[in-house]
Amino acid sequence: MAMSATPRWNWSTCGIYVLLLALLALMTTPLVWTLLTSFKYNVDVTLGWIPPRWTLGNYTGVVEAFSFVRYYINSLLIASVVTMVQVSTSALAAYAFARLRFKGRDLIFLCYLATMMIPHDVLMIPQFVLMKKIPDWLNLVFATNFFSGYLYLYEQYIGQPAGLDSYFALIVPGCFSAYGTFMLRQFLLGISREIEEAAYIDGCSSWGVFWQVVLPLAKPALAALAIFTFLGNWRSFLWPLIMTESDSMMVLSVGLAKLSDLYNNDYGLICAGSVLMLIPMIVIFVFCQRWFISGIQLGAVKG
Amino acid sequence: MRNQGRVALFFLLPNLVGFLVFTLGPVLVAAGMSLYRYQLATGTPEFVGIANFSDLLGFTENDGQWSANDPYFWQYLANTLFLMLNIPLAMIGSLLLAVLLNRELPGRIFFRTFFFIPHLCSGIAIYMVWKMLLTFEPNVGIINAFLWEVYHLFGIEGAEAVALLPGWLIDANWAKPALIIVFVWASAGGFSMVLYLAGLQNIPTELYEAAEIDGANWWIQLRYITIPQLAPTSFFIFVTSIIGGLQGGFEAAYIMTGGGPGGSTTTISYYIYTQAYEQLEVGYAATISMVLFVLIFIATLFNWRYGGKKLEAV
Repeated sequence: MAMSATPRWNWSTCGIYVLLLALLALMTTPLVWTLLTSFKYNVDVTLGWIPPRWTLGNYTGVVEAFSFVRYYINSLLIASVVTMVQVSTSALAAYAFARLRFKGRDLIFLCYLATMMIPHDVLMIPQFVLMKKIPDWLNLVFATNFFSGYLYLYEQYIGQPAGLDSYFALIVPGCFSAYGTFMLRQFLLGISREIEEAAYIDGCSSWGVFWQVVLPLAKPALAALAIFTFLGNWRSFLWPLIMTESDSMMVLSVGLAKLSDLYNNDYGLICAGSVLMLIPMIVIFVFCQRWFISGIQLGAVKG
Repeated sequence: MRNQGRVALFFLLPNLVGFLVFTLGPVLVAAGMSLYRYQLATGTPEFVGIANFSDLLGFTENDGQWSANDPYFWQYLANTLFLMLNIPLAMIGSLLLAVLLNRELPGRIFFRTFFFIPHLCSGIAIYMVWKMLLTFEPNVGIINAFLWEVYHLFGIEGAEAVALLPGWLIDANWAKPALIIVFVWASAGGFSMVLYLAGLQNIPTELYEAAEIDGANWWIQLRYITIPQLAPTSFFIFVTSIIGGLQGGFEAAYIMTGGGPGGSTTTISYYIYTQAYEQLEVGYAATISMVLFVLIFIATLFNWRYGGKKLEAV
């Protein structure tokens, strides 16, 4: 296991390339097959790998078959908003835990830590009940049909304000993350305090130090958290599945599952849908790989 | 330094409110709910004590025969554990990929990127693809098409060859191996490979140099230097994979098998899904989720007890 390939290891370098290429083929075969099949007419699916006739019909088909554009916009919107809010709230809290002194800090942080090992399934059931009951509770509290009374316009154009089938349900629970807070806190603890103390002496407020000194230094960790959060939300499935009933609130992953259910013999169509879902993820990964990789290591060293 | 309570509250509050409402609150509510019979669509919560737990975990004697009160739970727990066989296989794959990539090769980043992409893509889109790849008919499913060619090479043809093709997702005996193949494919090049690569960077090169001088071949070096030196990394990957595996399997089963055939791919998390969101038996579902929590807690304790200091070395 020499660390570097020296000239006398040339033969073995060749062997390693052959092995790597074989593994590469193994790993990418399903994806290549998907891409090729997405350009095939359905009757040609069984005729080898390369499409005998190429068509974009599956892509236009997917877009026309459902409110696919709406799913796409929903997914983009939800993942973007959740990412922005989650990174912000996590960074603020992480700063408080890492740098400020206050009563109960360690106890609260211990609570955060303790909840990190709780499986998502545990949290999801009460969250589901909460979302199902919120409209009833609000109507009860305001002793009126609160929603259609006061939020008529919102309902008319956007949808339910809260409860099932609402952006509220799809976005808000994802905006707070104990893991994000923990990861950023660990990163901040690793940053030297000297610059911050100099800034304090120069008369900076806590907010000024946070905004002008700490955040720029924490950029790698913030970027990693943002990428993880975005990708995690883009592909999240179970929560949107149980939260949505109406077509207009569906996200891409749930919409695709519906597609594969209804058109389970139309391979080209399903492949085109998958490709459209995977492309943003691959693009983000390829361009943000540096932060992504260092983020994984950061999460593991401290996790 | 002075107490910065007011400032801290400003920084902490947005996150803390969300944490209380969507994490800490639900945990406590879930624990409470597990003591209630609660059918969300029809009923109001009815306190039943630990009845849910005895319904789930208990055994009853009937004419001298002991039988589980909820035999499905035990079947699904066994399924979950069986599917976790993908963990050691994926770890071997990750280690192999990392060792191959851990050298000055032109195109190293290219390979790493493409090895990582299956993990990146894993999710419902890729499960939809695998469902097609694992189709039984060899003119559609490329896995069986490959096997068909292999059989052809050995002179096995026609009905005999068809009989030898695995049914994969439609055969109760093959569905679990099929999912394991998908999981290994999706995770070998992922996080674990990246962590192994980082771990390999930390092994002192002198160890290999000394081994070279002693004439140790690559296998001896791998066996007696690389693998022991990577033990903390392996431990970390193993434990986190187990924690993930215990609560996993929902998406793959939902898309590829619907939990079947005959419940052979239903995992605990899929069981919770059907109980909570299809049957709306949220009380019973909360009970199952608490049991899952205990299993994960045990794995975490194991990690703390034996991972501890070594973790720093990852």
